[in-house]
Amino acid sequence: MSGDAVKASTVQKEQSMVLQKQLIGDYYDSLGRAREEGKRVVSTFVPGNLTELLRSFDLLPILPEINALQSGMRKLSANYIAEAEKHGHSEDVCTYVKCDIGMLKSGNIGPTGVKLPSPDLLLLSYTGCFTFLKWFELLREEYQCPVAMLHVPYLANGRIEPHHVDYVVKQLRTEVIPKLEQVSGQRYDEARLSEMLALSAKAEDDFVWVLESAKNEPSPIDAYFGGVYYIGPIFTAFRGTSEGVEYYRVLREEIAERIRLGLGPVTPEGTMERQRYRLVVEGPPNWTSFREFWKMFYDEGAVVVASSYTKVGGLYDRGFRHDPNRPLESLAEYCLGCYTNLGLPARVDLLERYIREYRADGFMINSVKSCNSFSVGQLLMLRQLEQRTGVPGGFIESDLVDPRYFSSANIKNRIESYLQMLEQRRTAVVTA
Amino acid sequence: MNPELEQILSRAQTLYEDVDYKAVAEWKSYAPGRRAIGYLPIYVPRELIHAAGMLPVGIFGGGDRLEIIRGDAYFQSYICHIPRSTVELALSGRLDVLDGMLFPSICDVIRNLSGMWTMLFPGRYVRYVDLPQNYDARVGGEFWRRELTAIREDMARLAGGQITDRNLRNSIRIYNQNRRAIRELYQARSEAPWLYPIAQVYAVLRAGSVLPPEEHTTMVRRYLEMASQESTLPEDRSRVVLTGMFCEQPPLALLITLERAGCWIVDDDLLLGLRWFTGEVPEEGDAIENLAQAYLTQSVPTASCYAPDGQRGRWLVDAVRQNRADGVIFCAPSFCDPALLEQPMLVAALEREHIPHTQFKYSEDTGQFAVIREQAGTFSDSIRLWSEA
Ligand code: SF4
Ligand code: SF4
Repeated sequence: MSGDAVKASTVQKEQSMVLQKQLIGDYYDSLGRAREEGKRVVSTFVPGNLTELLRSFDLLPILPEINALQSGMRKLSANYIAEAEKHGHSEDVCTYVKCDIGMLKSGNIGPTGVKLPSPDLLLLSYTGCFTFLKWFELLREEYQCPVAMLHVPYLANGRIEPHHVDYVVKQLRTEVIPKLEQVSGQRYDEARLSEMLALSAKAEDDFVWVLESAKNEPSPIDAYFGGVYYIGPIFTAFRGTSEGVEYYRVLREEIAERIRLGLGPVTPEGTMERQRYRLVVEGPPNWTSFREFWKMFYDEGAVVVASSYTKVGGLYDRGFRHDPNRPLESLAEYCLGCYTNLGLPARVDLLERYIREYRADGFMINSVKSCNSFSVGQLLMLRQLEQRTGVPGGFIESDLVDPRYFSSANIKNRIESYLQMLEQRRTAVVTA
Repeated sequence: MNPELEQILSRAQTLYEDVDYKAVAEWKSYAPGRRAIGYLPIYVPRELIHAAGMLPVGIFGGGDRLEIIRGDAYFQSYICHIPRSTVELALSGRLDVLDGMLFPSICDVIRNLSGMWTMLFPGRYVRYVDLPQNYDARVGGEFWRRELTAIREDMARLAGGQITDRNLRNSIRIYNQNRRAIRELYQARSEAPWLYPIAQVYAVLRAGSVLPPEEHTTMVRRYLEMASQESTLPEDRSRVVLTGMFCEQPPLALLITLERAGCWIVDDDLLLGLRWFTGEVPEEGDAIENLAQAYLTQSVPTASCYAPDGQRGRWLVDAVRQNRADGVIFCAPSFCDPALLEQPMLVAALEREHIPHTQFKYSEDTGQFAVIREQAGTFSDSIRLWSEA
């Protein structure tokens, strides 16, 4: 490949990164200015978020999970967690919650240094995680603000049924929308919501194309470490916006170019040229040592071709799209179908499909201490996947934003020995 | 001790120690075709199982009476203990006596355990029971009525028959009687805790997880009557409310330790699902509607249920007042998300009212109580001094 080609792709890559950086910076700035501009803000969660609905009322979403992971990446989380524990929060519970509460107790300065406004409403989208319920009850005590509760039933058998949709839509109509009207002082405008959903679907098409580009060999993306950047806009505040659509258009073009040039993913260590192992990963990443964690894979030539974490905000690659013709129903289906809202058998089925469809050499589970929703049952998932695919799995343990639970040497060791085992297996198959 | 009382307690203790569910097998053996359905904490509508002629069986882990051989291999170290012992019970064949399992929506552990069950035991009946977190009769109520109807159909199918409205109304009546008896026991204990030591109350209550409700009601009533006639003299101890124990159960020895450390337990949330409703479920009219309404309007407040009014902790303050308690002991299983996430809110509610409290964690197989004993002893002494001051 010519030097020019490499340079061109790097420049293009940078374009989507610059765009994303700008989106995030602008977003936090707009939160910082919300009070003086008289804008209302609503805190909510990533899985089952109703971004378009909020934006259709000109409300700005705040996402405490994103604040927590950003704080983790910026090495702020350890102090926040300590602060929360000082206030009586147990060492045993989810560190996102403690990071958020610690941040609040420390003045609510957001990850980019901008002071965050207190929410006018807590939109408790209770999707796929029990902790959400307690988290916002805790925040309600802190902020003394109203809560809109949206109970999203669990898909124990992995299927959305009409009565699930009906229940969620009814709650949107009787609980969520009235509270959004109250907070925003605006009437519900379905036409406006539909317009936004049409933009969402457009971005979602490009997003899925990006995820599926990992079927190429070499893969032009890393669908876990790189994936967390790709999911950023669509899982958070930018679904249903033209900026979001533009981001995914640019990203898609860049990746198409990488495929054309036969390039691997861009990583903090540079373009990944050597792809010795294609992996599927289950579980969220660690944020406090994110770069180091990624490098452990990079150094071994392990590229992640599919991951479940990039599905916590929706299973777009299995066909779901927001539908402007059925606005509330499709929001309900969106909430229902998020990855952690699926029963364990459906999660195993999905991972099995990924292993096959993406021709993975192996799969790795990163089990995080914080998250019972993800973690309970992962050891059985490991066995089931091994049995079904004949592919051995790796298992590592860490945490999301509590650096005390990221044991670098241990994790590196596990990754290396797992990959060595894959290598030996490969040699054995070839010589057999 | 009165011989009948002794007999009741011995029966209750035997049931408590029986991790092989022999009592369930025995019940099944009395008539051909009898079936039993297991359920995990916290609340399931046992009336629907009972109305189908089946035995509801509460699975509360293996406590300190079960050696974990295989169960640990399924769970990371940072997950509570009850799923380990529950899986152990099943893998060792002890739950073969059950014809199905219900997993209610108490937390992500039991939620995911339902999926594990489906994969571990293919072919067995497993149902996740999604309790509504929306309490509007037209919304959450409608959802829950549908769930109840689906469970009713499943239970009828498993039992190989029909559940008539009449049967269901009858079961509601029987469980009303059971809950009423338990409420009376709690009331009596609150008034004279020295007559109803925790070890006795707990074993008698726990028997309700394996006995048919009719039999359990008789046991509770006989126990109440017999124990109230004992001549134990009142003893001055601090009166405490225990909270956090609604799912994974503490070892009995831990509860006894608290008492020995100088506390009378005047209220608690042990085995909460057995006395879920604060009042009676109406016995006439549409039975499904009555069960649904009761859930929406008469459920006990606890960590796994959303509190729409923002009064988290109010119930605990009320429990302290109503039972004239001197303080609260937070006693939660290690790694129990609902209990531990709830705790700071409860602490804040108590502190607003200047109610003393202390806290510690346990696991169902905890075997060391020295620290807990000391802590509870110091707490008890301090609140007694405080209430005398
Ligand atoms: S438990 Fe898991 S899903 Fe829930 S808030 Fe914590 S990290 Fe998120
Ligand atoms: S002890 Fe707590 S975390 Fe564990 S299963 Fe029970 S409620 Fe869930």
